[in-house]
Amino acid sequence: MEHKTSFYKALKAVVWKDLMAELRSKELISGMLVFSLLVIFIFNFSLELSPSTRAAVTAGVIWVTIIFAGTIGLNRSMAVEKDRGCLDGLLLAPVDRTAIYFGKSIANWIFMLIVAAIILPIYSLLYNSNVFSPGLILVILLGSEGYVAVGTLLASMAVQARTRDILLPILLFPVIIPILIAAVKASNGFLTGIPFAELTNWIFLLIAYDVIFTSVAFMVFDAIVEE
Amino acid sequence: MTSKPRLLKVLDITTFIFFILALLMVFFIAPLEKVMGAVQKVFYFHVAAGWVGMISFMVAAIAGIIYLVKKDSKWDLVGYSAVEIGIAFTMINVITGAIWARPIWNAWWTWDPRLTTATIMELVYFAYLMLRQGIDDPERRNRFSAVYAIVGFISVPLTFFSIRIFDRTIHPVVIGSNDPSAVGAFDMTSLMLQTLLFSILVFTILFADLMWHRIRLGQYMNRVDELKLKIQD
Repeated sequence: MEHKTSFYKALKAVVWKDLMAELRSKELISGMLVFSLLVIFIFNFSLELSPSTRAAVTAGVIWVTIIFAGTIGLNRSMAVEKDRGCLDGLLLAPVDRTAIYFGKSIANWIFMLIVAAIILPIYSLLYNSNVFSPGLILVILLGSEGYVAVGTLLASMAVQARTRDILLPILLFPVIIPILIAAVKASNGFLTGIPFAELTNWIFLLIAYDVIFTSVAFMVFDAIVEE
Repeated sequence: MTSKPRLLKVLDITTFIFFILALLMVFFIAPLEKVMGAVQKVFYFHVAAGWVGMISFMVAAIAGIIYLVKKDSKWDLVGYSAVEIGIAFTMINVITGAIWARPIWNAWWTWDPRLTTATIMELVYFAYLMLRQGIDDPERRNRFSAVYAIVGFISVPLTFFSIRIFDRTIHPVVIGSNDPSAVGAFDMTSLMLQTLLFSILVFTILFADLMWHRIRLGQYMNRVDELKLKIQD
């Protein structure tokens, strides 16, 4: 008799497992956070972020920070599974494998959003300018979803390779350039107060990217974990 | 060792003759463009190489899908061969474009949607090669590269559209309607169009010929690996 746990139950369990593990070790989020702060500081000195130049590059700085920190998070989140043989354990469980993919993606998404939620106020504080707007939050939600959808898929490939430390960014960056462009443009628009109606192109592009890549990843994930 | 199939020999000779014909057409039959002069002649092979690059990557993505369904390593070889050929031709496309752009746009490179997309596409497939290098187990390598060929190919049009909304293009669109902001556009005479279409045809035949050779080479490489294993036993 084949007994399969339902999709949502399995998905919830994977997300819960990742969140609990993170709550206990705190190594992923703390790593991403410290790294993000360092990136902001490096930008500060390399771009000489004076008040006049700052406005034009804020969106770019925020997105590059999120994307770099995300790479660290994705690599770590899959490496943990691989190193201690947890991935094999997960795969042995009688659940739908796409539930594992979505579970990992949602957990990674949550981590990225937590990091974004911390660095945005810090950025506002450091540069004495309010970067909060509902539009920007929407862009971050959509942008990081697409990023995590592809990122989780490619990270689960990269950790199984010999050259895994350098492989993830090389695989991921050329593929997520559309997200970066749309997200930076839309964020920039919201930060400079351009009305929502003029930015719908970018929002639609982000949504299209999210839908396409989430469904592609959903279809091919099985091929990555089958042994 | 099996000897070269007769059909392949015929294809080789046909490709060679057609290529010479295409060169003759480009240099002697197609009229000289009045404003740009001789440098415009790069256009025929530039478009044809870009076309072959696109087909190669499409073939790689389709081979990837078939591989994931059938799990037959033959399709991995098809995909890998197509990617290698696609990289070479996209490189030719970008470099010939730069040669043309230097006198016409007064710069080797601009951050134009088409140029940028072609180059990012090239980077996607460099990443594909690095992915293959990093995995030792052949079965796993085949699966992963099939997945990446699919994901990479889907991202290319999205990259193009996102950069297209970002900037107006200055790249001429020679066939169909033309953007008034394009620099270096021209109207094709019928002889120019014929030369272009013939070049595209020749490059497509060249693609088929190279694919065939590359697949044969891959099969021999597999044979060599098998023989090496036998010697070790």
